[in-house]
Amino acid sequence: MKYQSQKVALAYFAVAMALFAIQVLGGLLAGWVYVSPNFLSELLPFNIIRMLHTNSLIVWLLLGFFGAAYFLIPEETEREIHSTKLAYLQLLILVVGTLGAVVTYVFDLFEGNFLLGKEGREFIEQPKWVKVGIVVAALIFLYNVSMTVLKGKKTAISNILLLGLWGLALLFLFSFYNPHNLSLDKQYWWYIVHLWVEGVWELIMASILAYLMLKLTGVDREVVEKWLYVIVAAALFSGILGTGQHYYWIGTPSYWQWIGSIFSSLEVIPFFAMMAFAFVMVWKGRRDHPNKAALLWSLGCATLAFFGAGVWGFLHTLHGVNYYTHGTQITAAHGHLAFFGAYVSLNLAIISYAMPILRNRDPYNQVLNMASFWLMSSGMAFMTFVLTFAGTIQTHLQRVNGDYFMDVQDQLELFYWMRFGSGVAVVIGALLFIYAVAVPRREIIEAGDASVPAE
Amino acid sequence: MREVMTKSMARNIFYGGSLFFIIIFLGLSVHSHFYITGTSSNHAELTESVAAGKRVWEDKACINCHTILGEGAYFAPEVANVMTRWGVLDDPDAAFETLKGWMEAMPTGIEGRRQMPQFNLTDEEIRDLANFLIWTDKIDAQDWPPNDAG
Repeated sequence: MKYQSQKVALAYFAVAMALFAIQVLGGLLAGWVYVSPNFLSELLPFNIIRMLHTNSLIVWLLLGFFGAAYFLIPEETEREIHSTKLAYLQLLILVVGTLGAVVTYVFDLFEGNFLLGKEGREFIEQPKWVKVGIVVAALIFLYNVSMTVLKGKKTAISNILLLGLWGLALLFLFSFYNPHNLSLDKQYWWYIVHLWVEGVWELIMASILAYLMLKLTGVDREVVEKWLYVIVAAALFSGILGTGQHYYWIGTPSYWQWIGSIFSSLEVIPFFAMMAFAFVMVWKGRRDHPNKAALLWSLGCATLAFFGAGVWGFLHTLHGVNYYTHGTQITAAHGHLAFFGAYVSLNLAIISYAMPILRNRDPYNQVLNMASFWLMSSGMAFMTFVLTFAGTIQTHLQRVNGDYFMDVQDQLELFYWMRFGSGVAVVIGALLFIYAVAVPRREIIEAGDASVPAE
Repeated sequence: MREVMTKSMARNIFYGGSLFFIIIFLGLSVHSHFYITGTSSNHAELTESVAAGKRVWEDKACINCHTILGEGAYFAPEVANVMTRWGVLDDPDAAFETLKGWMEAMPTGIEGRRQMPQFNLTDEEIRDLANFLIWTDKIDAQDWPPNDAG
């Protein structure tokens, strides 16, 4: 660790990992309710479980981004973080807000209250006071990092990262605008949801990935940063008008069907470019970095993001297809692999890279960490496949044949069992990952000696 | 790529191009906004009761089981066309009665069936919710969903 203030990242990553555990356990619980619907139905209804699952995902990803920024900004700008005190204050606000949201959801407190009650729009259910807290925390963060960058060296990586984080915070302000008109509500709700995950988050993702490639492969900074600009240009050129893919059936004009179909199809390009970038850098790189786990997660991130966000997104993005698949298990399949591939893996990559440095230990090859990669990734891939099959059958029976929703769902039970099984693999993988970065103090498998000939 | 483009060219393309697409997007957004309020939704018929119904929908976090216009969780049926499905779209009183009957029967407790919680809604809340769902059903959503099953 070159700069003392990088240590802040450790606290962010620790909280993120705790929420990661809650997220996957919540997901497992929701998966269990699918196959055993009476379980906890009156104590903790499905909608509450799902809010915990999605909200904890969003918060831990954000904490991971913040942590990543605090970790890499000092190295990029070549100076300490402006104020570590503010960084810890920001984390405290986010932790209090998160706990507040969880307690509000689980015990169904203050329902209907303007300030204290949950707000009930998907993914931004947080009570208003928590939203205000998030904004305050984001402002502290932006002030803190912007000050650091302004005083230090400016690199493309820190510029793009900062741009993404500014965009993230500004777009979140739309969560305070909730028109009575449902169509308008949806139009602006997508400003947050789409322009986050298929806009500014891609800037964050590309810049963190570029940083990892720079460190892990030793490729020249000029090359990495040029790629970075090309990738983020492709991301925003396609992603901004790609918002149209959500404006097909909510009461917006029909021209979005063409704009959305064309531009969201192009959204495959930045994800393909990120994958190509990662592999080319590794091939070209001369450095044999000892942290193989971080390298595995980086390449896995780029690959799974391409399939989850790119290919599975394209699968149902053309308006003629989406007319039938919209809001079926196809969407769930895409959502799971896209979030896991792009943003979960990205965070786990930077955490795998940063943890040995933050904890001041050798970046030994981390066998357990790599095992967790394969377990989580294959579990998530299997889950995506079974949900895609379930969604295909659902689309045909419900959207083409016109069978009723619950009659169709009853016929999908086998897939939901398989989804639960794959969820178990993901949870074990996640817990193994947390163990692997937090606990071991020495190599699990000793390195072989290459100089001794095989017997 | 070194021959084709320099880093500063790539940077300028990124900033210039993004600005270009943001401006187009904002222009189309403004048009869409007025298309919604003027053409596709009955903005004038958006009564106090419809707005209150939307609040009930949000306060109970209905979207984390159901979908509305295809968005939400995929655990429970689509509700944007539920009034059509029930055949009560043009009869607010029948819509209220049907919805009340439904809400009061929950949870069914039937083994192996997905359960909807008992929300203990007042008659006024049920009427608001019914009006909200009727209003939503009448949004011109480009003929989506494909059929009454939702």
